[in-house]
Amino acid sequence: MTERDLLIEVKDVKTYFFLDEGTVRAVDGCSFDILRGQTLGVVGESGCGKSVTAQSILRIVPPPGRIVSGEIIFHRKEKGNKASSVVEQVRLHELDPRGPEIREIRGNEIALIFQEPMTSLSPVHTIGDQIMEAIILHQKVDKEEARKRAIDVLSRVGLPKPEQRVDAYPHQLSGGMRQRAMIAMALSCTPSMLIADEPTTALDVTTEAQILDLMRKLQRDIGMAIMFITHNLGVIAEMCNEVVVMYLGKQVERADVDSVFYNPQHPYTQALLRSIPRIGQKSRERLESIKGMVPDPYSIPPGCPFHPRCAQYMPGICDRDQEIPFYQISEHQWARCYLYDQDVKKQKAQTEG
Amino acid sequence: MTGQVGPKLGDDVLLEVQDLVKHFPIRKGFLRRQTGAVKAVDGVSFFIREGETLGLVGESGCGKTTTGRCILRAIEPTSGQIYFKDKNMGRVEVVGLEKTQLKKLRQNMQMIFQDPYSSLNPRMTLLQIVGEPLLVNGVAKGKEIEDRVAELLRVVGLRPEYMVRYPHAFSGGQRQRIGVARALALNPQLIVCDEPVSALDVSIQAQILNMLQDLQEQFGLTYLFVAHDLSVVEHISDRVAVMYVGKLVESAKTEELFLNPMHPYTEALLSAVPKPDPRYKSKRIVLEGDVADPANPPPGCYFHPRCRYAIDRCKQELPLLRELKPDHFVACHRAEELALAGVAEQAADVTYR
Repeated sequence: MTERDLLIEVKDVKTYFFLDEGTVRAVDGCSFDILRGQTLGVVGESGCGKSVTAQSILRIVPPPGRIVSGEIIFHRKEKGNKASSVVEQVRLHELDPRGPEIREIRGNEIALIFQEPMTSLSPVHTIGDQIMEAIILHQKVDKEEARKRAIDVLSRVGLPKPEQRVDAYPHQLSGGMRQRAMIAMALSCTPSMLIADEPTTALDVTTEAQILDLMRKLQRDIGMAIMFITHNLGVIAEMCNEVVVMYLGKQVERADVDSVFYNPQHPYTQALLRSIPRIGQKSRERLESIKGMVPDPYSIPPGCPFHPRCAQYMPGICDRDQEIPFYQISEHQWARCYLYDQDVKKQKAQTEG
Repeated sequence: MTGQVGPKLGDDVLLEVQDLVKHFPIRKGFLRRQTGAVKAVDGVSFFIREGETLGLVGESGCGKTTTGRCILRAIEPTSGQIYFKDKNMGRVEVVGLEKTQLKKLRQNMQMIFQDPYSSLNPRMTLLQIVGEPLLVNGVAKGKEIEDRVAELLRVVGLRPEYMVRYPHAFSGGQRQRIGVARALALNPQLIVCDEPVSALDVSIQAQILNMLQDLQEQFGLTYLFVAHDLSVVEHISDRVAVMYVGKLVESAKTEELFLNPMHPYTEALLSAVPKPDPRYKSKRIVLEGDVADPANPPPGCYFHPRCRYAIDRCKQELPLLRELKPDHFVACHRAEELALAGVAEQAADVTYR
């Protein structure tokens, strides 16, 4: 990996929400890098902090939440010249969330698409106006040119009859077309990174297949990196190069996609993979479910947050109230679990032997 | 399939639906004259045997929920017959039933809903929610209700002490268990499950699916399982029926349907599901365009504008549902000549530690 490939570095980011009821540790130590043109998948159940991680990168964490520690470094190609080989480092976590520097990056360098295209598009503006807003803001062109570019980007995402649809309101489009319009908006400034927060969850499988195909094609054309947030392991397997598994704000495993599916190391990842019904595997056998439920965010168990539900729970080790290191297992695989601690391994061998 | 009156299937059939139609009128203008109709369900026929699970799949807007609701007459069907083998009243025709008899019938047909947040009244305690069917039907009163509710909560894996609490105190998975307890209160024969796990997290989904299977064994229940997630449907169903724009296009035993689909829409649907396996290289069929408008469906086969096998005949003549193999029904003109791809068997060979 050379310096030039690196697009974004996230180092041990912690984003907490300070509420009257207590502090919610929405993201509690998350580290990963994204390379140019690569796809990183972030997977986990609801409330595990996947979306807040994305919000932290874009600095749009809603108050009372804020980033309490960690670093987010964005390697930006020279301003105004995305083909340039000169790279400058922008320390996103230090920027003022309302300042001009981050606004220059949002939408322009890093774009975001949301899960529910109906609620994230404005119902009182045409989709053309909404796309043109981003173009005019970032590209210093007049309205006429912006409209031309909006139509161009709409046809790139495969929206039929873009010259007419540019004047349509979101309610006039179907779910799949709305998601295409949303992707068009995100791509209008050819960003170097796209954050896709559950982009296909609200869609039907056939529409989902269309959108995933489209995203892959556009990624090839533009060469952008994608951070793909989803709870669907099937989508992860198809789209991603690298995967981060999260549980209750903690990053429990990080690995390349093949290792996650064929050689998962953290007990949570293993349990998650066993609990999903698989197509083409007809068996009416019981699924191996994970016992218990996700605890509420105010009473996260001490030590490893997964220990009350874990099949390999080691009393006196997993529930110690201290930070668990992120053990490196192989070149491309890390897991936050004491099973991979040398001392614990020795102890275990002694008691068993 | 049309023109026949009266049930024609054997004694083991619990529910038989013949030519079910539900049109929602479109009214326009000052006089609210009817100008058209949304053909939500347009001539659907199927049957469910006792103790069996029939999965009903299709994209959003294809009429699967409407079909489920028509069976309980939660929505009045426009036309068609529904025969139900009631354990007290014998074989009855549901569509023509009077109010008092309908109330008796509904004791044996219950429903579980998709959204566990909106399907429970937030102002009622669990005792009131789960006990309401008993009270309304005069089956039990006072202390008897309490005893029965306690028993039901135990059956669905909740603690009987919880009955004094309100729904807000429970998580999504627990709420879905409450919904199941309410459906079980009157010892029904048939439960219509309308997307019962699609709002739940992956690890919770497995728990609810396992519970539904256990209850089926324990109480001899019959399920109509309406869902859009094919892997879930494959896991739980004995037979599967596929709907497209208000019509049934294919139905067969689960294994048969997934391995040897005979309708091009089923084939496309199966190939579109993202497979949770990064080494699986799919030859995905991406359908062009959107689902047909049920208010204004295309002539001939409703699927022909998106079908890659369509011939001239498909554009003119509406295919009827035919039984091509025992228990395998298909509505396609070219079903015999096409060799369609099912879910490849090798995809099932992946094992996880």
